[in-house]
Amino acid sequence: MKARIGLEIHCQLTTLKTKLFCGCRADYRKMDPNTNVCPTCLGLPGSLPRLNGAAVKTALLIAIALGCKSPDVLSFFRKNYFYPDLPKNYQITQLDIYGPACVGHDGQIKVDDRDVRISRIQLEEDPGRIVYSGASEKNLETLVDYNRAGAPLVEIVTEPDMESPRDVRIFLNLMHDMLENIGASDASLEGAIRADANVSLEGNNKVEIKNVSSFHDLEKAVGYEIMRQTNNIENEIEIDKETRQWDEKRRITVSARSKESDTDYRYFLEHDVPWIEIGNACDMLRKDMPESIATRRQRYTAEYGISDQVAEILSSQQYFARIFESARTDENSRELANIITTDLMGLLETRQKQADSKLGSAELGRLVGAMMDKRITRTSAKSALQSMVRDGRSFDDIVRESGLGTVDDESKITELVGSVIDSEPGLVNQALASPKAVHYIMGLVMKKSSGRADPEMVRKAIESYLDSKRNDAPDQ
Amino acid sequence: MSTDLGITLAEYVRGVASGEISCEEYVVATLDRIEKHDAKLHAYVSVDADAVEAAKGVDAAVRAGRDVGALAGAPFGIKDNICMAGTRTTCCSWMLEDYVSPYDATVVDRLSGSGGIVVGKTNMDEFAMGLTTEFAAFGPSLNPWNTECVPGGSSGGSAVAVSALECIASLGSDTGGSVRNPASFCGIVGYKPTYGRLSRYGLVSYANSIEQVGIMARSVEDVGIVMNAISGEDKMDDTTRRDVRSGADHTPDHIADIDGGVEGMAVGLDVDSFDESTDVGSAVRRAADAFEAAGATVTDVHIDHGPSSVASYYVLTAAEAGSNLARYDNLRYGYDMPQEGYEYNAYISRARSRLGPEVTRRMILGGFVPSAGHAGKYYLKALKMRDALSAQVDGVFADGNLACILSPTVPVLPFKFGEKIDDPVELFRMDSNTVLANLTGRPSISVPFAMSSGLPIGVQLTGSLDSDAQLLRIANTIHASSESKGAPQL
Ligand SMILES: [Zn+2]
Repeated sequence: MKARIGLEIHCQLTTLKTKLFCGCRADYRKMDPNTNVCPTCLGLPGSLPRLNGAAVKTALLIAIALGCKSPDVLSFFRKNYFYPDLPKNYQITQLDIYGPACVGHDGQIKVDDRDVRISRIQLEEDPGRIVYSGASEKNLETLVDYNRAGAPLVEIVTEPDMESPRDVRIFLNLMHDMLENIGASDASLEGAIRADANVSLEGNNKVEIKNVSSFHDLEKAVGYEIMRQTNNIENEIEIDKETRQWDEKRRITVSARSKESDTDYRYFLEHDVPWIEIGNACDMLRKDMPESIATRRQRYTAEYGISDQVAEILSSQQYFARIFESARTDENSRELANIITTDLMGLLETRQKQADSKLGSAELGRLVGAMMDKRITRTSAKSALQSMVRDGRSFDDIVRESGLGTVDDESKITELVGSVIDSEPGLVNQALASPKAVHYIMGLVMKKSSGRADPEMVRKAIESYLDSKRNDAPDQ
Repeated sequence: MSTDLGITLAEYVRGVASGEISCEEYVVATLDRIEKHDAKLHAYVSVDADAVEAAKGVDAAVRAGRDVGALAGAPFGIKDNICMAGTRTTCCSWMLEDYVSPYDATVVDRLSGSGGIVVGKTNMDEFAMGLTTEFAAFGPSLNPWNTECVPGGSSGGSAVAVSALECIASLGSDTGGSVRNPASFCGIVGYKPTYGRLSRYGLVSYANSIEQVGIMARSVEDVGIVMNAISGEDKMDDTTRRDVRSGADHTPDHIADIDGGVEGMAVGLDVDSFDESTDVGSAVRRAADAFEAAGATVTDVHIDHGPSSVASYYVLTAAEAGSNLARYDNLRYGYDMPQEGYEYNAYISRARSRLGPEVTRRMILGGFVPSAGHAGKYYLKALKMRDALSAQVDGVFADGNLACILSPTVPVLPFKFGEKIDDPVELFRMDSNTVLANLTGRPSISVPFAMSSGLPIGVQLTGSLDSDAQLLRIANTIHASSESKGAPQL
């Protein structure tokens, strides 16, 4: 039986400076509770929302990236419900039921070979956070932190066009990379992207899955839910239209007792936020739109001759793609791409490390050039790269000061090989008997040279040393 | 005590500037008068004794030749739903009994910035819902012309304070006539500007798409002086943005042409809004005559107020109130009530019992009219009626000749306490002339024009969008012909 899976993705616009309707910081993380607040985001009597124009622009960028249409005029609505994390007991959000008024609608993106339709994209305020604390289960205190209240949030709603947990995973990865690529969100931040799913099997009721804390778990939850529903149908048990929560510990979904679908949100127009005429904003934004990941990958393989696999990794991360583009020459593309994807990405795995990196792209180009000319070895390059990222020193200085240049002087290498073998006299006989020992000697020599010796030359030097020993050998 | 408290703001400002009036003396005399009469009249819910210190500063500045601003230390009353940092803002509700705002409303900030001194916060119907001040949680205000009568509402305290000379001018808020109605009942000028002209930042929301801060004073020129000081765009209130409102000038001079008269202007007489056989109706007819005498032409206009405009007004305000007041859940505001043993929703409904009967009525209505299954019949229909009403008013002003519409402010004279409070529908009808301006965003002003049985009668002038300065000029003309002069004898 075919499964139909739709997603609702909540993405915080973490790259913005301020909240959606006030001047408090959009990045509320690492702050003491209830310190990132003002009359507006606390919903104090008499306060009013002031729309953050940058948030509208960023949300429109997302709409463009997902091929959505945007109406000429945007408006906001109130979603009325009671919850302690909601300062005003209503959320300012967007709504299309009275005609298109959200930042985007009717979009579509390719997920593998499948088209996933985007129903709508809406801009809204994040609620605060509820924290439970207390000595025991029975003695729980409910604490509310409004630092997050009013943070700019975009909700992306898809049609149920996915069929498997795998589709979900690919789609979420695409979203993650796209949001980073257009600079809308730092998806790696805790809570920056959250997603809910709905799952139905052909002709049966739809089940919503909420409370899933990671993409990985969402994939699992969807998988579980398909299995559960299939079992039910096989046993002729009707599937309830309901909301289910993901139980992280037991790895199953459980029925949420409250039927959220029954809540009446009494939506109506938010008059405190005047309608926004978009005019030609979308055309302007389209011009400044960063190249899409797909186009970039295509370009990397077609124009620069980079392998599919490396191009996919490199193109999906704008930060590294940008370094790649600025250090790239017609000669170094492949080497450069390799060193970025195998070494640099490991060194700069977090957004913070990327921000702190002191690596200049011209210096990176020099390093790759030296590697290609065999002036340094791969091992030396790796250690130089670390120092360049950390201290911002120039490649030439590092090579000079720490002598990382390749040792390719034949007499020096012969000397190195001699001294290593002399230090362990038993080695020669072993080496003469087994090629494995040759590798071992080679390892010792490379280590003694701090990785600088030209490996090919070392191998030759060991061979010729052993040859000379063979010739010297007495009767066998 | 020889200080004449009955002067206008304009006279006061000139007197302070020339050194003839001491701000300190005037403010002290005002506070004395509040002390003497307000226990009975109950215009104020809190009084700021620090006002005297501020007044001394104004006198010192005058002596030193420094600028004292356009309001020159004039004492103001501020409706208790307008926030002032450090003082209680209760909305005359037990729910906010001890609520102290951490910030100033923009209008308060600008008022102080122009040298105005706030002497106290004024009484009102709870959360501005009502038109007699009988729904004030801490007790009603009395009409200074006849203390057995209601002063009107919801800005009853602000009107009583100006009328009884307990301040020189005041700020109220007008959702469906809440400034104009008590101004009419108390014999003063009450003005609601075009929507978006005064910042609502710091005005506690009741029906945010409809309400405006309003100004109450003893003369139309005084209203203009205050408008010049506090109106205009505010970055804290997006609905004051000029581009939102067709780019019209937001800060015209409201007093430059105030004495320009009405020669050659056309006034539309809303003939369906009054019955000429009543005291109120005949006063409106005499006002029309006065306009003609002053050189204006008066033409009959027909506006179908019908029952639909009041119905639409109550549906929309209830829906918005239901949302705006939802935050008063006793979690962040309210009073000591242990949560122990309550489920969240049960706790909220228990906490809500602190809200008074009129607020409760409108909250319940507000939960119903925009709800699924009912929105089409009520809320959405009300929006359509509002659009239709706006189109109708546009039609009246369409040929560009008409300067304003003349009608009574309230169809009846001030009535006795308790007379109508038990009949909400009858009370709602009192709003039939005033809600038009709120539903359509137009500027509107009530001017005291006549007296009957010792009670004031106000006439109402409603202008087209952004015609505020012209409306004040017209109102100033008719005020000059007013049959009612002076303050009530206390
Ligand atoms: Zn804030």
